[in-house]
Amino acid sequence: MADAQIDGATEAQTERAHEQKDRPGESAHDYLERYARMRLIRLFEQEIQRLFLKGEVHGTTHLSAGQEAVPVGLCSALRPDDYVTGTYRGHGHALAKGTDPEALAAEMLGRATGVCGGRAGSMNVVDLAHGLVGCFGIVGGSIAAGTGAAMSAQRQGRVAVAFFGDGASNQGYFHECLNWAQVFSLPAVFVCENNFYGEFTPMVSVTAGGEIGIRAAAFGMPSQVVDGNDLWAVREAALEAVARARTGEGPTLLECQTYRHYGHSKSDPGKYRPPDEVDRWLARDPLDLAKARLVELGLREDELAATDADIDAQMDRAIQAALAAPYPDPARDSGSEFKA
Amino acid sequence: MSELEFRTAIRSALDEEIERDPSVVFFGEDVALAGGVFMTTPGLHDKHGNERVFDTPISELAMAGAAFGAAVTGLRPVIEIMFGDFMALPMDSLVNQAAKYWYVSNEQSSVPLVVRSAVGAGGRFGAMHSQIHGSWFQGVPGIKIVGPSNPADAKGLLKSAIRDDNPVIFLEHKRLYSMKGPEPTEEIVPLGTAAVAREGRDVTIVAALRGVRDALEAAEALVADDIDAEVVDIRSLRPLDHETVLGSVARTNRLLVVEEGTRVGGWGANLLGIVTAEALDELDDAWIVATDDTPAPYSPTLEDAWLPGPATIAAAVRERLGVTGASSSS
Repeated sequence: MADAQIDGATEAQTERAHEQKDRPGESAHDYLERYARMRLIRLFEQEIQRLFLKGEVHGTTHLSAGQEAVPVGLCSALRPDDYVTGTYRGHGHALAKGTDPEALAAEMLGRATGVCGGRAGSMNVVDLAHGLVGCFGIVGGSIAAGTGAAMSAQRQGRVAVAFFGDGASNQGYFHECLNWAQVFSLPAVFVCENNFYGEFTPMVSVTAGGEIGIRAAAFGMPSQVVDGNDLWAVREAALEAVARARTGEGPTLLECQTYRHYGHSKSDPGKYRPPDEVDRWLARDPLDLAKARLVELGLREDELAATDADIDAQMDRAIQAALAAPYPDPARDSGSEFKA
Repeated sequence: MSELEFRTAIRSALDEEIERDPSVVFFGEDVALAGGVFMTTPGLHDKHGNERVFDTPISELAMAGAAFGAAVTGLRPVIEIMFGDFMALPMDSLVNQAAKYWYVSNEQSSVPLVVRSAVGAGGRFGAMHSQIHGSWFQGVPGIKIVGPSNPADAKGLLKSAIRDDNPVIFLEHKRLYSMKGPEPTEEIVPLGTAAVAREGRDVTIVAALRGVRDALEAAEALVADDIDAEVVDIRSLRPLDHETVLGSVARTNRLLVVEEGTRVGGWGANLLGIVTAEALDELDDAWIVATDDTPAPYSPTLEDAWLPGPATIAAAVRERLGVTGASSSS
């Protein structure tokens, strides 16, 4: 069972996703936009890694390259004013929800034009204007913040999505908040990005009971295990869960199985992962899968190439602008602990 | 003159603020149908309905985390973490999320959140139901900590806390719930201000919560020794109103801080340090009366000895002022 999961989605999951591929009214071009967003995240992470090695990004970073289909597929099912909470591996959560890449890059660079004025850094990004309630530096924190946002959402006709990793499913936050959300029938979607490693430790070695998705059954909550590298599969599962939330039927747990291309954080080369396992996952790169699918759906290679070039140029502009921005001035921007 | 009971003051502040602002919601364990284990909130559920007042699972981490998430998305939650001791459970939500959000988000949203708890010893509740968690949180920027010593302040401070746009930890001493006192004269009491509870010229005694009652009782006993003690009710641990204390010390030149908690790591030592740094020249003497460095004991004889009560406070003042004790037989 564990081996099958580590290899990615089961045959049945992939087949199911492909059966559902042709939603009425959705064209290949709709998916091209989603693919473009995934590429934006990939490039952003590559740029952050490059800038980190140059000493422009400080402290630590947790990159989400390889996991792009999860936030993009999920957020494609949301409205702009729905809420999302993310993790310290949250650049993808922010970009998928609509955060401006330049403002996000400036935040990583500690600049005054950062989405949080340089006060937050990589792990604690907040962008309420785009419904990003926050990214949280402590494992599991996003689950409670998302649950709370769902309490507001219930009164506002919105939906709240909490992203978290496999490690968080062993925190008290997970168990307390899934119970809470089910008890109050909150419009929440709990999205576990299972990348199979909690920091450096294989998830299976510290997690009882096999897969994470089945834990929802203990709370009477519907759940689904999803191929998290397949944009179509994630979107399909998200549409169903978000519709359930929006119509007052309560929360859902989605376990999206995926894999991070980099180590846990900047200081981790990821040597604890067997090379053949890494190769198997790299062969299922979510961007490559999406590209192949788009070609299958009739998109021309030159259309894809043009999209790639657009995104490359957009990212280039964003990084250049962020690098040109000023640092905050301690004399003016030091701020205060309380709102007056 | 009509008198107000402390627990009624709490209920009445909640009732009026829930009525006044449709975004205020109040939830906690046993607060709705049961009306609270200290009977502070009976009738609120019946009056305001399940949307505004509701019972929760025994899940302090989820409760505080959800309250935080709700607070930054449009609601103004008031939660009850039943006993202050239970505040060890939701520390991450409050310390890492609620307290930091306003600053770290670059002021994208305030966090209007109140966390009420029953605190303090003397009720024979034992070590895990008797602590005051104010000092645990005092070093965390972004979170206010307030606590009343009388019914009028209980109402005015709680109303202020609910209207405040920042996370507020609200301390209710168990041995004050049945206290009766004058009705408030003002609608609200501002957060972050200490109050002179008794004027005097010989020594300033600063205390909080139930300790203020004990200090006032000690001050009355000291009259027989010809000692005129000033009592300051600190009311707020963060922000810490050291200005009011400095003003008092300028008159009395002596400072005693009474803390229901240990001397090391307590708010009392913190205050004494600030006053010493700011006004060493004004001080002839400065010291702290605190609890022993043990958890709160259960047995009545042990717990009474552990708490700094009126007799302990009065004796400490007599000793430091070199008075042999005209009333020491009383």
